[in-house]
Amino acid sequence: MKQFIQKVVEDNNFKAVRLLAILREIQAKYRCISTEAIDIIASLLKIDRTQIISIIEFYSFFHLHPQGQYDLLISDSITDHMLGKQSLMDYLSSQLNVEVGKVRDDGLISLNNTSCTGMCDQGPAGLINGYALTHLTQSRIDEIADLINRQIPLNDWPKRFFQVTDNIHKADLLLTTEIPQGAAIKATLERGLTQTLAEVKVSDLRGRGGAGFNTAMKWRFCSEENELERYTICNADEGEPGTFKDRILLNSYAHQVIEGMTVCSIITGSKQGFIYLRAEYLHLYEQLQLIIEQRRSLSLLGHNILESGFNFDIEICLGAGAYICGEESALIESLEGKRGIPRNRPPYPVTQGYLNKPTVVDNVETFFAAAQIAAYGGQQFAEIGTEKSTGTKILSICGDCSQPGIYEYPFGTTINQILSDCSADDVLGVQVGGPSGNFICNKEFDRTLAFEDLATGGSFIVFNNSRNILEIAKNFTHFFAHESCGFCTPCRVGTSLLKKQLDKIIDGHGSSGDVVALEELCQLVKSYSHCGLGQTAANPILSTLQRYPELYQQQLKDISFEPGFDLDSSLETARQLTNRNDVNAHLAQLDK
Amino acid sequence: MSKTITIDGKEIPFKEGQTIMEAATAANLYIPHLCHNPDYEPHGSCKLCTVKVNGRNCTACTFPAAEDQNVVNTSEELSADRKRITQMLFVEGNHFCPSCEKTGNCQLQGVAYHLNMLDNHYPHFFADREIDASHPDVLIDHNRCIFCSLCVRASQQSDNKNVFAISGRGINKRLIINSESGKLKDSDIDINDCAAHICPTGAILIKRTAYTVPIGQRLYDQQQIDQIALAKESDKND
Repeated sequence: MKQFIQKVVEDNNFKAVRLLAILREIQAKYRCISTEAIDIIASLLKIDRTQIISIIEFYSFFHLHPQGQYDLLISDSITDHMLGKQSLMDYLSSQLNVEVGKVRDDGLISLNNTSCTGMCDQGPAGLINGYALTHLTQSRIDEIADLINRQIPLNDWPKRFFQVTDNIHKADLLLTTEIPQGAAIKATLERGLTQTLAEVKVSDLRGRGGAGFNTAMKWRFCSEENELERYTICNADEGEPGTFKDRILLNSYAHQVIEGMTVCSIITGSKQGFIYLRAEYLHLYEQLQLIIEQRRSLSLLGHNILESGFNFDIEICLGAGAYICGEESALIESLEGKRGIPRNRPPYPVTQGYLNKPTVVDNVETFFAAAQIAAYGGQQFAEIGTEKSTGTKILSICGDCSQPGIYEYPFGTTINQILSDCSADDVLGVQVGGPSGNFICNKEFDRTLAFEDLATGGSFIVFNNSRNILEIAKNFTHFFAHESCGFCTPCRVGTSLLKKQLDKIIDGHGSSGDVVALEELCQLVKSYSHCGLGQTAANPILSTLQRYPELYQQQLKDISFEPGFDLDSSLETARQLTNRNDVNAHLAQLDK
Repeated sequence: MSKTITIDGKEIPFKEGQTIMEAATAANLYIPHLCHNPDYEPHGSCKLCTVKVNGRNCTACTFPAAEDQNVVNTSEELSADRKRITQMLFVEGNHFCPSCEKTGNCQLQGVAYHLNMLDNHYPHFFADREIDASHPDVLIDHNRCIFCSLCVRASQQSDNKNVFAISGRGINKRLIINSESGKLKDSDIDINDCAAHICPTGAILIKRTAYTVPIGQRLYDQQQIDQIALAKESDKND
């Protein structure tokens, strides 16, 4: 083990900022990062063991104890549930003879849930040893169980198990006019940096991650900093459940995304860029690496790009299973080899980002659009969309529609139009922007896709009338409790309290004041949390409570007080201890 | 002319680089806090010091003071919400003041009294947490840890050690000890370390000192936390 770790740490130049990459390799090889491994890494990197332990315990894909030789994770996204995830999970568990959340006694297999893997258009989905599995069905599970029991190496599994398709159903400005390689860089160099930044300004491009900050302004702020060591980061930690458009952009339009990063870096004077790729997209890693090498050989990356005197290169860094790292300052912390805890702001990343140097962090789609704007100018882009939201938005549509996949729309398009295009019938509502966005009901479908109306980072989940609103809110609320980083009190404790309180109501243990208490808690978590995660964690409850208050009220018992738990089942431990199960060892609920 | 901000209608001077908390404390205004201690870099995690700055919630211990800031520190809404945040800390861990030897000297309890907290409001988590009594002089009762990270910072910034760290994620967050066994006895901690004395609650205690001062004669038995905090902290911000 010592030799292996020594080699891994050497390959990472003994740099503690590379800790995630180092731990990923050790986890992959030994299925955990053991105490022994921790001590070896600590001494090689000259850091304390607690720094390593705290990272292992923060990221979902690192473990202190060995996982199975085949580590199988099934996506817990609401869309996977709608495609029958739960019964598949039960079937898997029984076929493979392993409990969910456990490792089988022989160490061959471990099975667990994981947050949305970004395959909502081809679910139910999962990950095996980090690689994406799509279109899981009962018969495929039979095949998988057989392969595992015969201990067939993953490389010899049928390729179709791992097939990930783009599913582009509607292309507009950006997806139809892919730029030739190098076109944006050449245009930028010919036009001049100031003029190109002016074109980005003309386009009025706003950040595509959801927050919508003006891109030209961000780039200008960074370029005006006194500190000359600057960085460019592409946020490919696409973790919002129901979002998968960056997966397509990185699979089929990676050149243009990287070109956008390069243009940004030439303008801001950054020499080093990072693509922070979510661990769930491990299957894209190698092909992205090849594209980067190819671009180096074409002088589109690296030293003296197209003989312009500009130097810029890119490194791909993989995450390790933490939704919070999609928040830009948490992402930067993660890139520095730390836990993904959002920073206090100010200062903002444009002044003090990666290694406290000026840093531009933009979404994959933002760079993708920026490349087009740099190549062809900002006017065409600005003419599309609405006054406050120019250009187009790429949506990841999934859920109850016959054609889930990628749709590109000009901003200002109505929800009605989108639903008709993706062939969604009998629609109850749509979750726009994922769990952190809003649930809109079928009376609001004349609303539009725009920062000023319905903003979205790309997630668009359709629900038909057979779906249970409370179950949807529950799935999202549990997601946030699981993904809260734990830094601040209102989010750490509040998201878990929201989960408890909502479950109490849904499970029929709520009484008259409980919905009021739920709403009060929602407002508290929303108003006092440290970052966007906590500030939006109550949205699934708030947006459904506002539209369907009666659904929540119906769950309540008609008494003034109801215990928040089942009295009788709480006595089960006592019954077992006393070896009793007679009538007197049971307690009736108050109203029964 | 020194620059000023307005807190609850009062003009307060501030120096460039000061946080709202620092400016307020220097002007003898108390903003409730737990994870903040002027001796250490601010952390901004407990959120008790949330104030409204021009209508927006900001964390006073980390947010820089700047001109034209109209800060609300005292309002019914803020008091009610700060009480709720304190209650969250109470239900997250296992805090039983009557049987805790820190009672009367505990900042969590002191803040709770200051905010007129009379119950826990939220359901308890009954977290399964351990006690580490392995060290001859210092004891950790993890039941009472509120993750303020003051011990982490004190150990690093004052003691030049690195005895503590925060690990885990979300509600599974936990305080860990830097030693091979994970126990305090095998760590570098010393009874004279700042980190051994900084805990605002009863999570880190010095053994055999519990009742040297009788209950009733302790710090917050005599005065409210706002007066004690200002007396202790205001000179540090001048």
